[in-house]
Amino acid sequence: MKDWLTYRLSDLLLFSPRTYYRMFELYHQEIWPAQLVAVALVLAILVLMRRDDDRHGPVIAGLLAACWLWVAIMFHVRRYATINWAARYFAVLFVAQAALLVWNGVVRRRLTFRRQSEASALLVPGLLVIAIAIPPLVGRVTGRTWSQVELVGLTPDATAIATLGILLLASPRAPRALMVAPLCWCVIGGATSWALGSAEAWVPIVAAAGALTGMLWRSPVPWPDSSA
Amino acid sequence: MPIWNGVLTRRRMVHHLALGGIASVLGHGVAFASQAHALLTRRIPSSGEELPVVGLGTWITFNVGDDVAARDECAEVMRAFFEAGGRLIDSSPMYGSSQSVVGHGLTKLGRPASLFSADKVWTSSDGRRQIEETRRRWRVPTLDLVQVHNLLSWEEQLPVLFAMKAEKRIRYVGITTSEGRRHREIEQLMRAHPLDFVQVTYNVLDREVEQRILPLAQERRIAVIVNRPFRQGALIDHVRRHPLPGWAREIDCASWAQFLLKFIVAHPAVTCAIPATSSVAHVQENMGAASGRLPDETMRNRMSSYVAQL
Repeated sequence: MKDWLTYRLSDLLLFSPRTYYRMFELYHQEIWPAQLVAVALVLAILVLMRRDDDRHGPVIAGLLAACWLWVAIMFHVRRYATINWAARYFAVLFVAQAALLVWNGVVRRRLTFRRQSEASALLVPGLLVIAIAIPPLVGRVTGRTWSQVELVGLTPDATAIATLGILLLASPRAPRALMVAPLCWCVIGGATSWALGSAEAWVPIVAAAGALTGMLWRSPVPWPDSSA
Repeated sequence: MPIWNGVLTRRRMVHHLALGGIASVLGHGVAFASQAHALLTRRIPSSGEELPVVGLGTWITFNVGDDVAARDECAEVMRAFFEAGGRLIDSSPMYGSSQSVVGHGLTKLGRPASLFSADKVWTSSDGRRQIEETRRRWRVPTLDLVQVHNLLSWEEQLPVLFAMKAEKRIRYVGITTSEGRRHREIEQLMRAHPLDFVQVTYNVLDREVEQRILPLAQERRIAVIVNRPFRQGALIDHVRRHPLPGWAREIDCASWAQFLLKFIVAHPAVTCAIPATSSVAHVQENMGAASGRLPDETMRNRMSSYVAQL
């Protein structure tokens, strides 16, 4: 344990920035045209969230779970694991989140999106904007090409941030267990970008801080029999 | 004052460089002096086998995954390394895809006979299985040197490595650490076991190993591999903002990389430094440090002081 404390963040980085961003490029080439499907899927989630219909909750949860499962297998296992042995463990985290989304959102129907008037509702749409637009734009500004950007539903940072925003928009409040993996990933993703020397690092960190603030702000979950 | 160190030997000349000058004998062993371009080598104390004083590390630089273009670039780095007379390539199962990228390069280059393969065991159990997997990734019949990575489970792995050496499945056994970690334990193992190699961090600013580990390596006749010669690139990025001092010409340094490497390999206990790079130009520059004059102790102290005040 004492030995581990002597390691800097950069000591744990196994690859160069060039290799990391090139991995995104190869990934996007490999999965094309999944990007179009992902954009359609995200738009569908946003539309369903505005319908104020409890029947849409399980659909949204199912679509989010599919995104987390996709990232686990197609990004972490098939692509990221080629340069980072820890990606296998990241995949487990993403599969666990997919399972939690299915259990809480589809099976137990604990993820609904009724209209709300709480002050936090002002914060969470901003998080969604960050999730969908900021990662690719910041990536572009900080040196990634369009073929290397983060995209919701396909890459981990953007998917985790978008999930946080969606969960914070849930009303009644979403089970807090669903926030754990996205928050963990924001820390991991932010730390990776930080170690790479990229200004992108602040995106997941700010998103996680905002989500934590929003989560603490929300009223206790009103589900009468909820164990979450 | 520049010198040829007493334990340096001339293994062979880089074939495309002219050889000249006057050979002489200094101190113990076969030593020589000649003009620049002779390839500097050191003997592995336990066997007498000679290694060029500059090798090739693969940490980060060779972890390029299955990117075909990047793998081919790494193969070109290896080609330049071997063409300059290099032998020792060091990797680890902890370095992501680096082992298989080395294997790709070796296959592409027709598995150069001069290769000295150095890798590590990095697991808490079943070291033999991991070493076999490593050998398969390198695509070589046997590995030359296997080291216990950062002393991980050395109690279990060292007996495995010595047994494999006895079975002639590997030729040398070593241990590694980096960034000054667990030096006390390294010392204990150097005293207690018949190690062939020890790998440590050493550079113009990180000189702790000069106090105990390097003298102990000489006393115990253990070869020394030096990692992080450029502090993972940070050191060379820093010094490059300043001009190379004119007196660097006295030790045949044409670049900061050669300046930093010559400081290291001039220490009599050091067998080989292993800078990592993904650039052909940089590997050629690094290999330039394995020729020409080396600094003596006075000059080495001057070099260290100069870099420290930059």
